[in-house]
Amino acid sequence: MDWTFIFQQAISAGIGVNAIIFALAAIGLNMHFGYTGLLNFGQAGFLAVGAYTVAVLVVNFDVSIWLAFLAGIGSAVVLALLLGIPTLRLRADYLAIVTIATAEIIRQVARSVSLREYFGGSDGITGKFGKDFFDLNPFPNGLSLAFLRYTPNDLWVVVVGWALVVIFVFLTFLIMRSPWGRVIKAIREDEEAVRSLGKNVYFYKMQSLILGGVVGAFAGFVYAISRQSVQPDNYSTALTFFAYAVLILGGAARVLGPVAGSIIFWFLLVFVEQVLRQAVANDLIPNWLMTPNQVGQVRFMLVGLGLMLLMIYRPQGIFGDKKELALDARA
Amino acid sequence: MLLRRGLLTAGLLALTSMLLLAPSAALEPGSIGGQMTDEAGAPIAGVEFLITGPNELEAETQSDAAGNWAFKIESAGQYFVTINSESLPSGVGLTEPDKVTRSIVVFKLETAPPPVRFLTGPGPERTSNLDRAMQLTLDGLILGVTIGLAAVGLSLIFGTTGLTNFAHGELLTLGGMVTYFFNKLGLHLIPAALLALVFAVVVGGFLQDRYLWKPLRRRGTGLIAMLVVSIGLGLFIRYLFLYVFGGSKQQYLQYSGQAGWQIGPLSLTPKATIGILIGIGLIGLTIAWLLKSQMGKASRAVADNPSLAAASGIDVERVIMMVWILGAFLAGYGGIMMGLNQGVQFIMGSDVLLLIFAAVTLGGLGTAYGAIIGSLIVGLFIQLSTLFIPTELKYVGALVVLIVILLVRPQGIMGRRERVG
Repeated sequence: MDWTFIFQQAISAGIGVNAIIFALAAIGLNMHFGYTGLLNFGQAGFLAVGAYTVAVLVVNFDVSIWLAFLAGIGSAVVLALLLGIPTLRLRADYLAIVTIATAEIIRQVARSVSLREYFGGSDGITGKFGKDFFDLNPFPNGLSLAFLRYTPNDLWVVVVGWALVVIFVFLTFLIMRSPWGRVIKAIREDEEAVRSLGKNVYFYKMQSLILGGVVGAFAGFVYAISRQSVQPDNYSTALTFFAYAVLILGGAARVLGPVAGSIIFWFLLVFVEQVLRQAVANDLIPNWLMTPNQVGQVRFMLVGLGLMLLMIYRPQGIFGDKKELALDARA
Repeated sequence: MLLRRGLLTAGLLALTSMLLLAPSAALEPGSIGGQMTDEAGAPIAGVEFLITGPNELEAETQSDAAGNWAFKIESAGQYFVTINSESLPSGVGLTEPDKVTRSIVVFKLETAPPPVRFLTGPGPERTSNLDRAMQLTLDGLILGVTIGLAAVGLSLIFGTTGLTNFAHGELLTLGGMVTYFFNKLGLHLIPAALLALVFAVVVGGFLQDRYLWKPLRRRGTGLIAMLVVSIGLGLFIRYLFLYVFGGSKQQYLQYSGQAGWQIGPLSLTPKATIGILIGIGLIGLTIAWLLKSQMGKASRAVADNPSLAAASGIDVERVIMMVWILGAFLAGYGGIMMGLNQGVQFIMGSDVLLLIFAAVTLGGLGTAYGAIIGSLIVGLFIQLSTLFIPTELKYVGALVVLIVILLVRPQGIMGRRERVG
């Protein structure tokens, strides 16, 4: 067992692009689920809308990437309105069903053969659509620090990505201290009470849905730019569930919860994967029990089990505050 | 002399070969045309062609009973002939489906241009829309019953405990997969299915409620927390199935390649018929149970108001246990039916989970009858929508309808009109 290698891989994953994407996705979810109590199970849809808007506009319509980013934010707002208008007046579980259905609709439409010329079918869109973005790269040499190695482009994505995370965390911090944030948290605790104070609960929920969705779209931007491609099956419901695992692990309704959760989640995920891989390779785990191909499946099983156990034994996560979580759908 | 004979032979050869290629396409000068035949050389009548050419010519023509078609042209120039491949009969298609247009250059009106040829081979079976609609209605009913079997359980569990169970699709997979497991061990499919149902009831129903959900209810775990637990459980079980059984789609050892019955325009396999009849029977029994038996009535009372039910002497926990067992049994059977009709795969249950949710929401959350009606509507809608939209998008249509229904009638079709906000 090469423990140095295992730790190097796990640490790289903990500060890598995936950790950024899931931190951003979970910051958006935190706004929905953690602070407002909205059960958004379609966060993958917001990421998909962000990523696809950029890819389609830049590759197929030759739009400047900066305009495409703006359009991506716009599409996330539109999606939030579409989701919110029918469901935000209803009980929380309706929103859950509609959001998960919508995310599936987006994925299936994006991978359909009939719309192949726009969305590229199940292969998605590949192309150098991040060129304008990478042209601004101030790091011509990349980075080689101890075992961390980044190509110039990777380094630029990671730096911008973490900067986005910091910005959104700071914005969450500010917004949750404001009167608006107090109303939002009050809605989570007792919707009727807020309504009786003359606040329009529906509008507040809608604003929260839009804000969190836009942060999700930014996660989609990072996803698309870092890989220079978009593929529909990357935006399946599993992504949303992983984002929930990240959020609950770090602690919902905590400003830094999603970030800590994402770093720890990816560290642990890759750590376990590498340990298993090496154990299988060195015959520490017999082959009838696990083949190298099955390591990835065990990873998913552990995420599922972890999500269950966390929710049962420590629903506030690692850094959460139990008092902040009075989550219940049925009034 | 010799030379002339040679030329003559060559000419004859050329003539015969032309005749062979286009048996009776004796084209007159000043027209373009050809003959449509199928693979075996039989003429095809009624094939439509669109001809475009110089002077903005645009005309249509059809092949006659001998498969011949021709179009009189008035000037030399380049012409384009486009075949309407939709007008080919059922089972016949172009060998090059992408090349529907041919270009012909006519240099002189006086010489007959070579015939325009479209080669045909086996193609998609096309039936009339009415026949298709009938077949799709049948398919939709089968899908509706399958969804319904799972939806009733989901709805009853939601009604009595408030749990939105995202792991319910895995109960379908459980039924299908365990049947496959016993089947593979050497048991005939029918005893294997019965054993799998026992397994589904014990593990998926009894043990799941006894050792997971009941303790959670005792602890006073919130409903959203339980919902997230069910997501984690679903993810875990789904990949456990993948880990144990692998990712490929498997067929049961018996009845897999069963020949279908042809009843008029409808085709139906005996296994699907028996499967759906048993399914309808089970749903009927469930409704009778809900309406007539003491336990069924108690379950409706618990769904209505748990504390009032408990106060009037109903053992709420026992009712919930019964509902779980029933739900696991029905879903397990649904999974076996799915496996019989389309094979078993680790993802089969979660693939239809959203449709089950759509059916339950459509019928009204928490009402068992609503779930059944919702399932039939979803099943029929999904299959019939393929008349108008590409097959790959049929689930999208159903999910869009779900959202639209929530907009106009959030309590569902059968739900009571009450504030659900």
